[in-house]
Amino acid sequence: MSTQAPTAPAGVRQNRLGLLSADYKGGKTTLCAGCGHNAISERILEAYFDLGIPPEQVAKFSGIGCSSKTPAYFMSRSHAFNGVHGRMPSLATGALVANRTLHGIGVSGDGDSASIGVGQLVHLVRRNVPLVYVVENNGVYGLTKGQFSATADPGSTLKGGTVAELPAIDLCALAIQLGASYVGRSFSGDKKQLSALLRGAIAHGGTALLDVLSPCVTFNDHEGSTKSFAWVKEHDEPLHELSFVPAFEDISVDYDPGTTREVTLHDGSRLRLHKLGSEHDPHDRSGAMVRLLAAQAAGEVLTGLLFVDPAAPSLPERLGLPEAPLATLPPEAVRPPPEVLEAINAALR
Amino acid sequence: MAAAINDFSLQVATVNGSGSQSANTVLLRTLFQMGVPVSGKNLFPSNIAGLPTWYSIRASRDGWVARKREIDLLVAMNPETAREDVAGLAPGTPVIFDEALGLQSTRGDLQWYPVPFDTLVAPVAPEAKLRKLLRNMVYVGTLARLLDLEWPEVERAIGRVFKGKAKAVALNVAAARAGHEHAAAFERRPPFGASRLDATGGLILVDGNTAAAHGAVFGGVTVLAWYPITPSSSLAEALIDSLEAHRRDPAGQPSYAVVQAEDELAALGMVLGAGWAGARAMTATSGPGISLMGELAGLGYYAEVPAVIWDVQRVGPSTGLPTRTQQGDVLSTAFLSHGDTAHPLLLPGSVEECFTFGHEAFDLAERLQTPVFVLSDLDLGMNQWMARPFQYPARPMDRGKVLSAEALEKQGSFARYRDVDGDGIGWRTLPGTVHPRAAYFTRGTGHDDQAGYSEKPDVYRQNLERLTRKLDGARTLLPAPVRSGAAGARVGLLAYGSSDPAVQESRAQLASERGLATDYLRVRAWPFAPEVAEFVASHQRTYVVEQNRDGQLAGLLKLDLDPAAAARLRPLARTDGLPLDARSVSEAILSQEERHP
Repeated sequence: MSTQAPTAPAGVRQNRLGLLSADYKGGKTTLCAGCGHNAISERILEAYFDLGIPPEQVAKFSGIGCSSKTPAYFMSRSHAFNGVHGRMPSLATGALVANRTLHGIGVSGDGDSASIGVGQLVHLVRRNVPLVYVVENNGVYGLTKGQFSATADPGSTLKGGTVAELPAIDLCALAIQLGASYVGRSFSGDKKQLSALLRGAIAHGGTALLDVLSPCVTFNDHEGSTKSFAWVKEHDEPLHELSFVPAFEDISVDYDPGTTREVTLHDGSRLRLHKLGSEHDPHDRSGAMVRLLAAQAAGEVLTGLLFVDPAAPSLPERLGLPEAPLATLPPEAVRPPPEVLEAINAALR
Repeated sequence: MAAAINDFSLQVATVNGSGSQSANTVLLRTLFQMGVPVSGKNLFPSNIAGLPTWYSIRASRDGWVARKREIDLLVAMNPETAREDVAGLAPGTPVIFDEALGLQSTRGDLQWYPVPFDTLVAPVAPEAKLRKLLRNMVYVGTLARLLDLEWPEVERAIGRVFKGKAKAVALNVAAARAGHEHAAAFERRPPFGASRLDATGGLILVDGNTAAAHGAVFGGVTVLAWYPITPSSSLAEALIDSLEAHRRDPAGQPSYAVVQAEDELAALGMVLGAGWAGARAMTATSGPGISLMGELAGLGYYAEVPAVIWDVQRVGPSTGLPTRTQQGDVLSTAFLSHGDTAHPLLLPGSVEECFTFGHEAFDLAERLQTPVFVLSDLDLGMNQWMARPFQYPARPMDRGKVLSAEALEKQGSFARYRDVDGDGIGWRTLPGTVHPRAAYFTRGTGHDDQAGYSEKPDVYRQNLERLTRKLDGARTLLPAPVRSGAAGARVGLLAYGSSDPAVQESRAQLASERGLATDYLRVRAWPFAPEVAEFVASHQRTYVVEQNRDGQLAGLLKLDLDPAAAARLRPLARTDGLPLDARSVSEAILSQEERHP
């Protein structure tokens, strides 16, 4: 590989690796025009581009559903594994244990994560697998034409008038209760907030669960739906204004500790939380739960960084894995010498 | 009647959780150390403590290690089952029993050896809670006297079983000695006994699960994901122990990862994720876990991801008899998942093969880029078997067709599923390969040779045809069948897995008792090697011996053979949860052969 950064035409932005944003592009989307998922794909590739992470070091994972198709629409230079419905977490766990140098990102939906795959999500979070886990949450099954999912709010209606009756699963509350180390909620239409949360998630060393409301323009964007663009926009209650300072930008900007809180992430990057209304402490697990429950009762969509514990050990750390990928350790590191087998035989005589 | 030396089976009937396993292992090891061929089979309930359990030990100077159907000697320790245990014995059978059970009144035609276990064990163990465990060691001593076991070997075996822990060894030796001394008063000896032989020199004594675990360690396994299920848990646990002991570098850093998954779906998902990323990944499970893995197994097949899955089979359907043995997953595993899915099966027939397949399965999975299932069973996996020492792998690891960044740069481009070599196997790149054209999109949806989404009829069909070519090629890559017997016999026997010892013994019975010569082909893999069809074609009748109801391997044979050859097959399937015995095989064959004078 050439060490010299390629030169780009004037006006074309390069990242710190000298790569162009085109190097992070994916295939053409086949989702509906105006689908919130496409905006999220844009934010994802921008984040990896801006952070200067080589696309070859990223591994994309997904399950089944509209959301799970999206890894084909960003970063074609990254390997991807589109698995079966609800089982993306286990595929990602195996891959990221086999090669801990990869940057893992999983894209899932509310059906994939809150129904068929809720068990795998639960255990991924418990293990703190180093994975950015984006749930593109629209409250319906799009690919099977608009049935309710388990995140549909009670009282919300389908196009034909069917009313959701069961309690909604709040994936953020679930994750916080399970001991998650990074939990945020955002909206596909909030470019600034989503970008900051995604960058923070990439900089975080463990499971980063982002529940991103992403309205389904075809099946769930009508009046009566609590997952429509209009509803989410109107009921969005940001906890704070977020900005992200990457580790490689070694700049210290003064900020007022009275109005701004800074969170230093695993890789040294920082998330700045600028106060809006009452202050939220993102290190307070029970406080986050209280706020989520209160917002739910008030019919508000609480967005922002709900909880973070940058020091929580990730699965590879807990396993004490070497820095080098297990997958490509040399034969002599993984096949003990003959004298070891002789000793095993001797002990069985 | 002269005593039969080194040819008997003894059955110990006790309660599980009572420490009988240690006592039975001491008996097994004592005979083994005396150079007498032995095998031990634990017939245990799905329970932790309090239910009946039986352990049978067979000594055989001729080296037969299959279960013997007849019980030559009984140790009756379980009050709940004692009367039933005794009722089924042949007249004259010696019975060692707890005097308190008063069994003598049940039958007048047995040879009774009453032992006052409580009285004997009380002075040995002041602590009441130890007495329950030590009672079993008393019958070890009694048997040692009655069967002429060498006392120093008994003590050595106790030392082995209790790993030299001084206090435990002393207590157990004392308990055994109490039983030994008590037996001196018995006037009659049973018509069986042991005497030093030289038939176990250099051999090891081990269960198949432990053998498989060591095999995987030497196969360079780097990721184990598993979910506990009998009878496979001890495979995963033995693997964890062996990895811990043998796969850390001098600084203590592991060259492996173990994840206990939340269920079998997740276990296989992790294995596929790891295999996709280039690791040698495996899981171990049993039938119910196999059922749960169905959808992901199809993903592994269609996306072509290496994986190794051990299925230590137990009795189905459903929860079935979870602690009993069966070869009941052959068909369901061969075609596990929906659509036209098929998976290579490896069928180890001994603990030595559990070790060999333990490492070779990785070579095959990576070469073929597909999940490989290794079908062991409870009898092979959890019981103790004599074996030759494990042999160090003769070949370096075969990591299969993996394209490096350098190779990719040289050739300019690659297409993940293109059959460039004509064997149906494409080249793959690993995630993290530093090359702008290394990536591909792995999916379970229809795809073209560049891994792109496609629903085109021709693309779909050609892809499936390539997968068929790939699996056809496996016929000569997988372990070849093992043939024994003189060519020219009219009758062939075909079997696999843990049926092997019973079939071998049955052949000897048929030859010596009835003069019926047989050829024998032991199949070690599916898809079948070409030799299998040749074997069937060269015999008038081929009995397919297996431990299930429906003749599952015979079913696979019928799919493979031409109709004329298939008509020569005689499925001989039987299953009751007990390990197969030779007499049952011989009887079943003779009852059919009598119709062919």
